[in-house]
Amino acid sequence: MSLINNLKGGGRHGIPSAESRDPMGYLIAGLSRFAQSDLLDRIGLRKQTEQAVFTTTSNGFKVVAAAGRQFKKTGSKGKQGKRAPGASSDGVFDLTPTEDEQMLVDVVSEYADEALRPAAAEANEACAAPQEVLAASLEIGIPILGVPDELGGIAESRSAIAGTLVAEALAHGDMGLAVAVLSPGAVATAIGLWGTDEQQQTYLPAFTEPTDAGVPAAALALAEPAVLFDVLTPATTGVRTGDEIVLNGTKALVARGADAELFIVGASLEGKPVLFLVESSTPGLTIEGDPAMGVRAAGLTTLRLEDVRVPADAILGDTDGSTYTECVRLSRLAWCALAIGTAQAVLDYVTPYVKERQAFGEPIAHRQSVAFMVADMAIELQAMRLITYKAASRVARGKDATREIALARKICADKGMRIGNDGVQLLGGHGFVKEHPVERWYRDLRAVGVMEGTVLV
Amino acid sequence: MAINLDDPKKFRPLRDQVHQVAMNMLRPISRKYDRAEHAYPKELDMLAAMADGLNESGTSEGAGAAGVRRTDDGNTGNKNGSNMASVMTVAEMCWGDTGLLLSMPRQGLGNSAIASVANDEQLKRFEGTWASMAITEPSFGSDSAQVSTTAVLDGDAYVLNGEKIFVTSGERSDSIVVWATLDKSAGRAAIKSFLVPKSTPGVKVERLEHKLGIRASDTAVITFTDARVPAENLLGNPEINTKEGFAGAMATFDNTRPLVASMAVGCARASLDLTRDLLAKAGVVVDYDRPAHLQHAAAAKLLQMESDWEGAYLLMLQAAWMADNRKPNSLEASMSKAKAGRVGSDITLSCVELCSTVGYEENELLEKWSRDSKILDIFEGTQQIQQLIVARRVLGLSSAELK
Repeated sequence: MSLINNLKGGGRHGIPSAESRDPMGYLIAGLSRFAQSDLLDRIGLRKQTEQAVFTTTSNGFKVVAAAGRQFKKTGSKGKQGKRAPGASSDGVFDLTPTEDEQMLVDVVSEYADEALRPAAAEANEACAAPQEVLAASLEIGIPILGVPDELGGIAESRSAIAGTLVAEALAHGDMGLAVAVLSPGAVATAIGLWGTDEQQQTYLPAFTEPTDAGVPAAALALAEPAVLFDVLTPATTGVRTGDEIVLNGTKALVARGADAELFIVGASLEGKPVLFLVESSTPGLTIEGDPAMGVRAAGLTTLRLEDVRVPADAILGDTDGSTYTECVRLSRLAWCALAIGTAQAVLDYVTPYVKERQAFGEPIAHRQSVAFMVADMAIELQAMRLITYKAASRVARGKDATREIALARKICADKGMRIGNDGVQLLGGHGFVKEHPVERWYRDLRAVGVMEGTVLV
Repeated sequence: MAINLDDPKKFRPLRDQVHQVAMNMLRPISRKYDRAEHAYPKELDMLAAMADGLNESGTSEGAGAAGVRRTDDGNTGNKNGSNMASVMTVAEMCWGDTGLLLSMPRQGLGNSAIASVANDEQLKRFEGTWASMAITEPSFGSDSAQVSTTAVLDGDAYVLNGEKIFVTSGERSDSIVVWATLDKSAGRAAIKSFLVPKSTPGVKVERLEHKLGIRASDTAVITFTDARVPAENLLGNPEINTKEGFAGAMATFDNTRPLVASMAVGCARASLDLTRDLLAKAGVVVDYDRPAHLQHAAAAKLLQMESDWEGAYLLMLQAAWMADNRKPNSLEASMSKAKAGRVGSDITLSCVELCSTVGYEENELLEKWSRDSKILDIFEGTQQIQQLIVARRVLGLSSAELK
């Protein structure tokens, strides 16, 4: 790469491609590059900074995927796996969760309050979830919530409502940690939903019968680094070569990718989007840190696949695009649930704040311009919640929920972000600094409407 | 028992029947009475008779203006009752025509008020009346504690004096639920509602308003000059109870606000349905699975409107469901009206814009719906009043603290 090419103005650093540099610009750019050079450090002109560590807090570091365990193939090849039956319904409108669901929500809420919320700020900085937080999530069975009881999980029937309520409760603690905690469960749930007998017998025991090391980290990798990204047409490709399929491409914002031992990767096969089970020990996988605006505690990474060869039976579900599309929808539903939880956290936080904060001799809550923002938060949040629950209940009953999920995603992306934005606004300058969690919620809520895959109900 | 937010199974046949009525009886005369403001829609008499018949046979599930009464049948299980049936059917009717729904004989907002606050004896005595609702006066709108129409007990009757404006169906109804004060100095607690037969001497319809929308519905100015009303026509408790304050009269709103929300929801869906159809003919179809920003801007807008609409619809159902299950629902009733009111305006106005000239012309009803919808964000408590109520509830502030 020539120096001049390196010094071209646009296309990097957030500068539009059309920007060009004038002579003064080239001079400044050259100086800037010199200032960034480690030559300065070597000759002792700059104060030594800490040795950069190998963490997901910085992008650019590269590592082969976690060596991980070998999953020993077992079960009957090609035989359909077990499926959770749809929930029954009496056709009556009802907003009351079942007793079991309520008990689960109570337990998860406590965990979110006492484990996730206190760990959130540090996990955001570290771009990783603390081990003890992950370990505690196993005790309440979060990774196997969506796995049928016949397969060692806890779902007696399709558990989309329980999954939604749990994701909401977790995100009330912290969205980033919620994603970290839910990520393995997304993979387990998907295998429960679409896996063959062999895939279920091979992979699910690692989740349902965890060792001392816990359940494996696992990630549902559908997103890709692309402007106007359309998850339904992945650029990652699978090509059949003999009995194998060769995968090539890049997946973005993959949760806990550095530790993941099992990936579900979306790729286009013969023109249709298809899900593939890819073990981390497969040659050709590399992981790079890919920290983002928010959801940082989930340890987001870029997963590169270069001539990754998987057996044909690594395909999860159908090859006509139907499984993949359903997976996308169920994942969006889970993101809606996360948005509701975080938006509720914002509302719960600003409510006492605006009643305490004084301006012009009285609490700012006494002013309509402030109070109405809070009212609108409450109204829109409930609208988000109701559409999401409606979608979840249709999924649980085995009904088509395409429309409801699309509407839930739209309202959760739009109004969820507005709630995040207003949350910071209501705290003013205090909302902008990290002393308060609202700036983190602002960053997290932008994920809804952007993220694909990763979580699933 | 489980979370399920689909339309209740038992009301789906009724909903579909009413939809047919709206499509086949209201739509054909919709434009006619928009143009012929103040002409009586005589077609509605037959419709009202049919509604009465459905009601007597139980087919209507208690739906209608009077369906908002909170009954206790001793059943403690989850209930889908007449409040839900009412909002669902009113929404369907307003999908047909909001102005005509408001003109339905014996389905006035006054009937909802009677159903909300009358005792059993009154309920029976006033059965079959067509009651309009008179709260607003020339000197106040949202601040309904400012009622200056007076009611003075004189022997066995209250004598009413004052002027009421914006009385929906004020001319066509045969009775009026009038808010009046027993003692102006006693404040809110002294405000009571009275059922005043139109035949009462001293009750006079002064004039009818010319309006932006819901022109099929008459909106009257009514004066009361020494109008004597039997004392037993005072709805609810005659005592001036300062503790209860305004609560008695305001209880009506917990029941009528979801109804007005359902009007906005129905009217907006008319716009949305037609616009979706017209856009499809123009080659724009929403893909629910693709991100909105990868679709035609009109499709993206449609998606946003539909998501807002669904939110309003479910908030409406939630408020009615809570009423059916005898849960306090002031907060949810106001939430539903706030959301439905603003969504109604956004959807109907945006649909005109999306359909461009076709939307603006009188050849289609889109322009009409965008005029009709505006009132739904105003009457029974404006958008701002709903926000005030929601804010006070959420923040736990009194009306003295949050003005």
